[in-house]
This record gives sequence, C-alpha cells and structure tokens, in this order.
Amino acid sequence: MAAHKSIEEIEEEIVDEFSLFDSWDDKYEYIIDLGKKLQPLDDAFKKDENKVKGCQSTVWLVADYQDGHVIYKAESDAVIVKGLISMLIRVLSNHTPDEILNADMDFINKIGMTSHLAQTRSNGLRAMVKQMKHYALAFKSLKFDA
Amino acid sequence: MSNETIAETAAGNKVLDIEAIRNDFPILNRLVKGHPLVYLDNAATSQKPAAVIDALVYYYTQLNANVHRGIHTLAEEATAAFEATRDALRQFINAAHREEIIYTKGTTEGINLVAYTWGRKNLQEGDEVIISGMEHHSNIVPWQIVCEEKKAVLKVIPVNEKGELILEVYDQLLSERTKLVSVVHVSNAMGTINPVKTIIDKAHAKGALVLIDGAQSSMHLDIDVQELDCDFFALSAHKMFGPTGAGALYGKKHILEAMPVFNGGGEMIKEVTFEKTTYNELPYKFEAGTPNIADFVAFKPAIEYINTLGKENIRKHEDELLSYATRKVTELEGVRIIGEAAEKASVLSFVIDGVHPQDIGILLDNKGIAVRTGHHCAEPLMNRFCIPGTIRASFAVYNTLEEIDKLADGLKKAIRLLR
Ligand SMILES: Cc1ncc(COP(=O)(O)O)c(C=O)c1O
Repeated sequence: MAAHKSIEEIEEEIVDEFSLFDSWDDKYEYIIDLGKKLQPLDDAFKKDENKVKGCQSTVWLVADYQDGHVIYKAESDAVIVKGLISMLIRVLSNHTPDEILNADMDFINKIGMTSHLAQTRSNGLRAMVKQMKHYALAFKSLKFDA
Repeated sequence: MSNETIAETAAGNKVLDIEAIRNDFPILNRLVKGHPLVYLDNAATSQKPAAVIDALVYYYTQLNANVHRGIHTLAEEATAAFEATRDALRQFINAAHREEIIYTKGTTEGINLVAYTWGRKNLQEGDEVIISGMEHHSNIVPWQIVCEEKKAVLKVIPVNEKGELILEVYDQLLSERTKLVSVVHVSNAMGTINPVKTIIDKAHAKGALVLIDGAQSSMHLDIDVQELDCDFFALSAHKMFGPTGAGALYGKKHILEAMPVFNGGGEMIKEVTFEKTTYNELPYKFEAGTPNIADFVAFKPAIEYINTLGKENIRKHEDELLSYATRKVTELEGVRIIGEAAEKASVLSFVIDGVHPQDIGILLDNKGIAVRTGHHCAEPLMNRFCIPGTIRASFAVYNTLEEIDKLADGLKKAIRLLR
C-alpha cells in the first residue's frame, strides 16, 4: 500500500480533480460515474437502522473498526447521492476516529457542492457526514473502554 | 397534436398573448445556472405578476396601518384595501355573502380551522369522516388528529390505476354515520380533477357536510360554491399568482355562525370582560390578531389578473401544454405516467425505469429547469402506486411549448447520463 494519505491530502486531491472540469455538466458526469462505480452494499445491511435520514433518497451507511481505523461502506438508491457518498468514503474511510472527528470537510464547499445543491439536498450530505462522525465517536469511546 | 394543429385550433378562438403575459412576471427573466429559468413547479407555488409585487410595495409605502382599529386616514385606507379583497374573493368563487369568506394563511389553515372548530364540536364517537386516497397531507393529518380525539373513524375513498377516485366504493362508505367528506378538487400529485359535484350531492343525501380542498383548482377551474353547494372550500393565494401566507376559507353562513371560534385574541371579540367575552360577527370571529394585511391587499390584483385573462383561456392554454408535455414525455423510454385520469389539470407526474426522481431533479435544475421531485406531500398516494415519489412538471399560463421541449430534451440527456 502506498504511503497513507491524510484526510487533508485526499480533500486537496479531489479539489484539484474538480478544478479540471469546465462545466457543471462535467462535474455531474464525474459524480454520476463515481456513483455507478460505488461498490454495492450487501443487502443484509440495507435495513432501517442503517438508514441516514436524507431528503428524498435513501442512504444506508455502515462502519467497521479495524486496527484503529474506521472503514465505511454505504449505498443509496439515487446515483448522484451515491457519487457524493463515494467521495465522502474516499476522504474519511480508513482513518482514525480522531482524524475523522477533526476533519472540516471543506472540500465540499471548495468543489461547489454546498452552494450548488439545494438546501434540502445538501442537508442530506450534511446528515451523512454527521452520521459518519457519529460512528467515529462511537468507536473512539469503544477504544478507551477496552 | 403537432405545433401546427395547435396554431390552427387556437386561431379561431381568443388566444392569449403568452409573450406579453411572460413580461408581466419579472422572475421569468432570471437565469438559473446560466440558463433562462424554465419554471415548471407551479403546483407548488405560482410566480407573481408585477401587479402583485407592486401592490405589496404600494401597501408598505402608502397604506401601512393596522386594520379595523383606527379612525385615521391610513387605517381607513388600509382597511378598505384589505376588505376589498374579500369582495373580489366572494365574486371569484361566487359566494352568496362576503362574510362567508374567512381569511386564513392558506388552505392548510382553512382545513385545520374546520377540523378544530366544526370537527371538535360536531364529531362524536363512532362518527365517520371520509377523505380520499389522493389527499395532500394537509387534508389528512387534521382529520386524523380530530378523529383520534373524538374516537371518530377516518375512511378513505380508494384511487384506481388511472389515478381516479373509485366512486362505487365511495357509495359504500357513505352512511348515516358519515358527518363530513373532505376531498381535493384537483390532485396536486397527479392533476386529477375529481367529480366534486357528484361527491357533494351524494354526501348531502346522507346528511354529511363537504369540504373541498381547492388549493389546486382555484387557478385552473371555474369555481362556483353555490352551484357546487359545498359547505366549505379552502384555497391559497400563493397558488393563484398571489402572495404567500394568505388564503381563504369559504363556509356557508349558517354553518360558520354555529361554529365555535378558532383562535382567541384581538379582532375576533365584541366585548371582553373577565367574566364573559362575546365574539365578533362573521367573518371576524375567525380572524384573531393582526392579519397579514399587505399580502391580502396584494391578493386582489392576483385575482384580477386571473379574471382578466379568463379562466377558460387559461385552461385552454394549460390543456395544450399538458397534452403536448404528456406526448413528449411518453415518447421517452421507460417512462410511466402516474395519473392518467380522463379529467386532468396542468400536472404531469411520472417515474422513469431505473432512474431515481431526485437524480432527474438535480440534473434538470442544472439546466435551469425547475420541477418537483418526491412524494408531493401525498405519501399515501405514492404507496398506492408502490413508488417513493415522482417527477412532477406542473404548468401555468406563462409556460410555453418551447419550455416543454427543453424539459423533454433535459430529460433525455439526464436519462442517458444516469442509466
Ligand atoms: C392539494 C393541496 N392541498 C393543500 C395544500 C396546502 O396548501 P398550503 O401549503 O398553501 O396551505 C396544497 C399545497 O401544496 C395542495 O396542493
């Protein structure tokens, strides 16, 4: 495995990638492509307790804790949301709970997603980040309990 | 229907000058995401003509004063302007008396008012209230609350595959236990025009009252509450070119008079002592507190705007838009129209195989096209069709065939990208 990249480095990478797109069409095409490529979540995980309350689409999110790192898996019934999740996973997955809890996720602003997506939809994005941090916090307390 | 046929049929009749109408709506000039706005979310709220916007500014720059309270000039002028809208509304729905028009915040408040005043007073254990399977949440939840409180039973007229009410079942649901029937005139989710006259007559035959949710119909259909003989009719200004936060509840005078008051406060009283308070007359008995004066003042030019265009002319243009849009959208692969009632007004709801409505909504917005996606506040109806939601394009008189071409084109591109 290549040298482990920090959350900030991955965020920067994504911002750089997005700076190459001239238009929103291209950005969406890219996000949709990410969505289509997102590894599907095992049906067994698609139950109510794993649902993130979004606006119109359903998002399932699960997390695992391995060697001090949180591993996320998620899926949605909407492709654009799946693409966005795919980016969130790329940024946050495989980091320590502390790193995840400290992440400011500013790349979402920098690639224009908060301003571009309507309030209701970006709330969904916010809800996802919140849920991901929630898992990190849970694992963190687990670690100290052990 | 080709473009040519449309021009032909229109030629013989009075035709609206849609370009001129568009110029009356300043917002239609704006760009969204670099594209001219294509506003196809009129069932959610309509845009406002300059006359309405000007009236709001005029009110605050020239008239602002509290109504019904002062003897000074501003108070008098403000009250006159505020009350003039009531007369315009009376005429608009052909109510027999101006005091049958109760000002509300909108349809939702109108329905809640009836549920909490008439419903609490008149419903008893075992009584039945009938609604339909295509109601907006605002015509479901208030009845659930009151029925639960009064141990009354809520019954639902089912919806068939085409999105029409199944009237045979309605006949079976009606009985001497039925105290009220509350149904939507035009479905916001599918555009279905319900046969409300039949529904009302049948309910009256059993001695039940009828409330019509006119949120969607007021803009598109001729409303004559006396001919319909409905007992209540609720509407919202913002869906008929008027401001938000204003609406009206019509009720037959003798029924309103017998109803307990809704909110307590100023305006709605005649005399207040700590021992006993007597209430004001209709309509003020239901209008506690300082009302939304400016928006009611600006509601009048909205009504006048509709009257000037003429509902028949509006309807003709909207029907053209609807049938053209239905044809264009049906041509796309994997589209299923939700709501294929014989009688429809201005709403095209559909789902697309293998594509989530939200994705379509985002990609259309990216082209400046505003549609609504989701359950349209009618979750039971979505469950009826086993879908989480639809894509809904809803039309107003200022929309054009060219905009529908843009919608179809945007859909085609979005589907290609998403599949
Ligand atoms: C059929 C129907 N009923 C009721 C309402 C509620 O109207 P308002 O939100 O203006 O009170 C709406 C608005 O969406 C509607 O479409």
